[in-house]
Amino acid sequence: MTKVLVWVEHDNATVKDATLAVVTAAAQLGEVTALVAGSACDAAAAAAAQIEGVARVLKADDASLANALAENVAPLVASLMADYDAFLAPATTTGKNVAPRVAALLDVMQVSDILSVEGPKTFTRPIYAGNAIATVESADAKLVITVRGTAFAKANVTGGSASVEAVGGAADAGTSTFVGSEIAKSERPELTAAKIIVSGGRALKDAETFAATITPLADKLGAAIGASRAAVDAGYVPNDYQVGQTGKIVAPEVYIAVGISGAIQHLAGMKDSKTIIAINKDEDAPIFQVADLGLVGDLFTIVPELVGKLV
Amino acid sequence: MKALVCVKRVIDYNVKPRVKADGTGVDLANVKMSMNPFDEIAVEEAIRCKEKGVVTEIVAVSVGPQKAQETLRTALAMGADRAILVQTDDEVEPLAVAKIVKGIADEEQPGLIITGKQAIDDDSNQVGQMVAALLGRPQGTFANEVAVEGDAVVVKREVDGGLETVKLALPAVVTTDLRLNEPRYASLPNIMKAKSKPLSVKTPADYGVDTAPRLKTLKVGEPPVRVAGIKVADVDALVAKLKELGVA
Repeated sequence: MTKVLVWVEHDNATVKDATLAVVTAAAQLGEVTALVAGSACDAAAAAAAQIEGVARVLKADDASLANALAENVAPLVASLMADYDAFLAPATTTGKNVAPRVAALLDVMQVSDILSVEGPKTFTRPIYAGNAIATVESADAKLVITVRGTAFAKANVTGGSASVEAVGGAADAGTSTFVGSEIAKSERPELTAAKIIVSGGRALKDAETFAATITPLADKLGAAIGASRAAVDAGYVPNDYQVGQTGKIVAPEVYIAVGISGAIQHLAGMKDSKTIIAINKDEDAPIFQVADLGLVGDLFTIVPELVGKLV
Repeated sequence: MKALVCVKRVIDYNVKPRVKADGTGVDLANVKMSMNPFDEIAVEEAIRCKEKGVVTEIVAVSVGPQKAQETLRTALAMGADRAILVQTDDEVEPLAVAKIVKGIADEEQPGLIITGKQAIDDDSNQVGQMVAALLGRPQGTFANEVAVEGDAVVVKREVDGGLETVKLALPAVVTTDLRLNEPRYASLPNIMKAKSKPLSVKTPADYGVDTAPRLKTLKVGEPPVRVAGIKVADVDALVAKLKELGVA
């Protein structure tokens, strides 16, 4: 049976949601072993062991693994891969940073950002900003894959009872050090996990107008806030709000695009949303070609009116 | 120190790609091609490092068809000093590109290798990480800020949820994210000057790299088409629909 090693993304205490979709994808290939690499990561390993579909958890606990530096993580994963047929990681910034380094160490081509598992070595993946879907078959002995989180159902966080085994072999490559991070604090749902997203574009004018217009609507709906690249580049919101080919890929139940024209790079990040609602004053804006519901008009009158009429 | 910059000739980012009817790929005949946008940012960053005096020479590298020379000339016109084209008409996967770049790096011994974070055609996001792995060098992916400090480079990286800063021992590999810089336009005099800058042509075999694909493309199809939606007349109709969807 195919043995699959899954990279668990975590903060040493809890497992991040992106991992759950990877477990689902991995279970379609074979038996799932979860790798929790970190520092003082007992809680994360225990949480990983609860995930339905995980047969085994490997815990690599070492100070050098604290911040998932690719230089330290990749050799460890590559050495563990002697016993596995496939390595799967989420297509998050962490997964995208680590997995290709693992692939090169194993001398295999990575399959990036898969949308589906079509066979033991066959997968679909988006190319050209999602304007085409390629079906590819790997000829490599071992598979290294990153998984698009929005394309697979999330595995249940309970129902599993995997054993946790400690593994050694971690070492500090000594070429990189973690200096620090600036993580935006937010009470809102995380963008990639949110059921509803309200997203704003260039038409929002400036940071103050963006906040004053979009925030009340997002608050009313309990939604996450997203943005187009234009809005990020113009400094209305920080860059981790960006939805699109080069930002985050989202697929919420409802995506409300406010003042976003719908460039192909933006659509690549949100066109798998279940329902897309567009508010734009230009009735020829490309966003209306993908929107299930459109309202043509001035967002500065529509959005406040909408907020007022929502209970 | 020397900087090596990797650039790729891709379909222009404004062009909407068309899938070929026979499912073999995307139609690139008579389509406008340009330098991959992330690579423009990589070239710009190398030039800024040179302007700060931390880089002495910039070598631009491309793996691709004869026409990729145009892409390299663009890099030269922006400010690169010389170029290397590794010419092949085959489609070369990231792993093979990384091996070629490793071969060039072994010869050139650059202190800094800068690539774009991903090419907008295959959307792989692999080459930079693979080059770093093959060379055993540290990597600063998705760079938002790059500062060379002595024998190290400090890279601020765009990660999910915010920014993260790492310090890498040189030599190192950096991949560029969108907000690292605003690439300059090549001026006409510089475009003229670029024509006389050195550009050497090599083949993958010169670096002993086999470019046979590891991934076989069985089919390229259109993404699922969304069903055309409706336009509502006013906010009341929108609110009613939101209620139907159970979100309001």
